[in-house]
Amino acid sequence: MSATVVQVIVGGLLLGAVYALFSSGLTLIWGMMNVVNFAHGDFVMLAMYTAFVVWQLLGIGPAGGVPIAALVLATVGIVSYFALVRHVMRGPMIAQILGTFGLALLLRYSVFWGFGANFMSLPDNLVGGTFEVLGVRLQASRLLAGTVALIVTAGLHLLLTRTPLGSRMLAVAEDADAAQLMGIRPDRMQAIAWAIAAGATGIAGALIATFFYISPTVGETLAIIAFVTVSLGGFGSVPGALIAGLLIGVIESLSAYWIGAVYKDIVVYSLFVAVLWLRPQGLMGKS
Amino acid sequence: MIEVFSPRLLPSIASLVLATALSLPAGAQETVKIGAIYPLSGNAASAGTAAKAAIEVATEVINGDHQNLGDLTLARGAGLPGLKGAKVEVVFADNQGTPAAGQNQALRLITEEKVHALTGAYQSGITLTASAIAERHGIPFLSGESVAANLTERGFKWFFRTTPVAADIAKTYMAFLKEIKGAGTKVDSVAIVNENTEYGTSIAKVLREAAKENGFNVSIEIPYSANTTDVQSQVLQLKDKNPDVVIFVSYTSDAILYTKTMQALGYKPPVLIGDNSGFSDASFLKTVGGIAQGAINRSAWDIGKPGSTTFLINEMYKKKTGNDLDDTAGRAMQGFFVLVEAINRAGSTDPAKIQAALKATDLKPGQLMMGYKGVKFDDKGNNTLASALLIQVQGDAYVAVWPKENATAELKLPYKGW
Repeated sequence: MSATVVQVIVGGLLLGAVYALFSSGLTLIWGMMNVVNFAHGDFVMLAMYTAFVVWQLLGIGPAGGVPIAALVLATVGIVSYFALVRHVMRGPMIAQILGTFGLALLLRYSVFWGFGANFMSLPDNLVGGTFEVLGVRLQASRLLAGTVALIVTAGLHLLLTRTPLGSRMLAVAEDADAAQLMGIRPDRMQAIAWAIAAGATGIAGALIATFFYISPTVGETLAIIAFVTVSLGGFGSVPGALIAGLLIGVIESLSAYWIGAVYKDIVVYSLFVAVLWLRPQGLMGKS
Repeated sequence: MIEVFSPRLLPSIASLVLATALSLPAGAQETVKIGAIYPLSGNAASAGTAAKAAIEVATEVINGDHQNLGDLTLARGAGLPGLKGAKVEVVFADNQGTPAAGQNQALRLITEEKVHALTGAYQSGITLTASAIAERHGIPFLSGESVAANLTERGFKWFFRTTPVAADIAKTYMAFLKEIKGAGTKVDSVAIVNENTEYGTSIAKVLREAAKENGFNVSIEIPYSANTTDVQSQVLQLKDKNPDVVIFVSYTSDAILYTKTMQALGYKPPVLIGDNSGFSDASFLKTVGGIAQGAINRSAWDIGKPGSTTFLINEMYKKKTGNDLDDTAGRAMQGFFVLVEAINRAGSTDPAKIQAALKATDLKPGQLMMGYKGVKFDDKGNNTLASALLIQVQGDAYVAVWPKENATAELKLPYKGW
């Protein structure tokens, strides 16, 4: 294998880890309450702007931007849940879709109005520059994002499977009425799920901002990949999102390198359709 | 039967009708309504809002009395003298970055807003669909900035454009490459990296042909989708091939991504040309200008010396947006000036008369704000006098570097990056 191919694969893995990171919040909400959050991409966008504002006002990078964005987004998540999602969940599926889609547009155009349409960017070497390991160039900001992606994914997985809170949340996801009979308040659990999911998205956005451009429509670009990652990994499966993210990242990079950039989507989506044909529940979803 | 018309109301209605009829000739001049279609949302919104601001400045210049702007068309005196001082009103419409939305907006502007002429629509692929609607309705469409070759190859009678087109651009780049080759720079292989809609595809095709004619070897072509999240593989392909010259034909988000990724992967082509659009967006210099030192771009815009017409226009634009005017928005603005000048000369808002006036357009450099050699349309609607010079990122701004007679700074090679 040539050195360039190794570089392509490493780049794909780091990219995939980031895909996984910003998809974990979406899969959590999907799995917890069967709500498809169409505002997810715009949550990422909001987190990127939060990181940008933190850097502008306080002059600090991800060390401040990540926790602040996580807090801001967790709050946005809770507010969205109580102000919107709780109500539309009682309606038909189409109400959920249009409700969260409306939220997406509200967030997008509020930022448009506040910051204008200009592209922005954090300084390039905010998280150290680039360095070489065994002939492979690594960008510190992407490495940080990839590492955090693994930690957050593992954390979310442990939270859901190994803690009482996680058990309660899964109980609500399984059967809200039965959970209520056992003394669990579904409303509270779902609000917590929204806070955690949006908080994780906040972390993702603040980290992506260190190597990506920031614009009001950036969420649109990122959201499609999040949906593909989540469906491929399996609805509600956090480890599934990680595996799917990494898979998509590597396949996308290799096909762009070998076949050509315009064909990478064809390769990724053919694979996506093929997997769903064989396993409609996704790689790690429950049937 | 419901009585809807009471005879008792008759006198008051009659007087109302009479008053309206009487007020018409004495009342305010009719306004000239122009529809402007630009990407005001979506990925290209930064370029679209810049064009909108530029056209708003042009409207201010036309509707107000500006004695200090030299011979710039319609600057002196308020409104359009050819139409008894009529004012211009611009109706902006958002093309949302999609050809379908651009088409719908053109239809809405023509049938509901009853605009007299149209301008826009930034992305060539959207100008393509929007101008087809104008053609069908017999409404003049003047694009100040769309460059794709086939826009004027459709036999349209109502479509005009003032910008240099793909062929002019290719000619400029080839002349430049020949000159630096003559001066000892290695130009054996050229790479073309283009976004894959109308704009990028068309320019890439013309560049490929021009390179062949001029004996340059195009060693690799990389088409890609502008709406991409990652360009690492493309940059690594370039790194593998190691061409002497890389020409990017990109919109803003992808131009920024390429620049960031090239730095991350430590790749610098000896000569980097970024064809306008993305590289001309004010956002480009602000976000990645610092790591794109030496990037070469085409432009027909120069801010000029303090006190000059272009300088004063830039001041007006800067007051509105906080940014310097860029070439793309400048070309949109120039297109708008030319369109309104033709309407003024037509002395009418009748589409056929505007079309005839556009065909007879003959503007001299002194009447323009862009550095064209003039404006004169050929049978296809292209401006035969359009031209461009080359500019280069040096420090935090673009400076004119080629041809020598227009240069304000020395060309710096190779590409420095960061």
